[in-house]
Amino acid sequence: MQGVSTQAAAFALGLRAGYSVAAFVLFATALGFGAIARDAGFTLGQAAFLSLTMFALPNQVVLIDQLARGATVAGAAMAVTLAAVRLFPMVAATMPTLRGSKRRPVLEVLAAHFVAITTWIEGARRLPSVARELRLAHHLGIGVAVCGMMVLGSLTGFLLTGSVPGPVSAALVFTTPLYFILSLVISSQSRMDVAAVVLGCGLAPLLYLIVPGFDLLAAGLIGGTLAYLWGASAR
Amino acid sequence: MSVMQDGFGGYLTLLIAGVLANECWRWLGVAVGGRLDLDGQPFLWVRAVALALVAGLVSRMILFPAGALANVPLAIRLGAFAGGIALYFLARRNLAAGVVGGAALLMAAQMLLG
Repeated sequence: MQGVSTQAAAFALGLRAGYSVAAFVLFATALGFGAIARDAGFTLGQAAFLSLTMFALPNQVVLIDQLARGATVAGAAMAVTLAAVRLFPMVAATMPTLRGSKRRPVLEVLAAHFVAITTWIEGARRLPSVARELRLAHHLGIGVAVCGMMVLGSLTGFLLTGSVPGPVSAALVFTTPLYFILSLVISSQSRMDVAAVVLGCGLAPLLYLIVPGFDLLAAGLIGGTLAYLWGASAR
Repeated sequence: MSVMQDGFGGYLTLLIAGVLANECWRWLGVAVGGRLDLDGQPFLWVRAVALALVAGLVSRMILFPAGALANVPLAIRLGAFAGGIALYFLARRNLAAGVVGGAALLMAAQMLLG
């Protein structure tokens, strides 16, 4: 890690995150996303477009799920934006650690696009060894590598699922809920977090039967609010 | 089957319902970066809602799947899901073991039992 002294070298060091365990798991999950997108009737280009421009797999799956089940554009946008709010504190916490002495607004917006759980894990692991002025370049390298892996995974999953036997296709799709639930387990830090996960899991299937189309929104709002209130009362 | 137009209209829908709805939070994060108390009550609530929503997505994908997963019997889906979580913990909290192991269990169970 030592000896990185130029912006280009810091960027190149970041690119190595493309070979990490986290990037490999993301690739496997992106395979599932590609398969889900194809199953739901989206095109190869649309699957790649979403991975490149959204770069947040759970939110991408929420979008595809909502549109495939006939939600309106406004309804789908509501569900996506509720799932995406968690990006806000993550970006707000990350940006100050990336800023050098001079502000570079365009690069900062690009850097924010690459903020997601995987780049967060990789960044936290490597960032302390990178000089302050080089961190933005380093983070951009991580982002390009990890986002590239995700687009590649989405394309591969989309193409594979049309040409492999059913059980293999099902296994590809299955990586996505597994990755999401394990990410939730990993990032759950408090009783409130655990309650939110348990309530969300329990409520969504019930609400799906009662108010299909609004089930995710309702599960998030009701389950999240109950968990929050319970957490607040326990503090 | 196709739910989306492939042309401009389809991408416009994805841009509005997906990209903008998603990316606006990252832009807001850049704008306020560091000037907010990120441990405050509003953020706790937001975190709980987002966690519950994604957790809900997971349980619905398992219980009411669409596409390829819909052809797999419920018992196998539930068993492989629990198996993947167990493998994650058995492998000392190894993410790859849980994700790849769970998917392999699903595939093996279909071939043996299906």
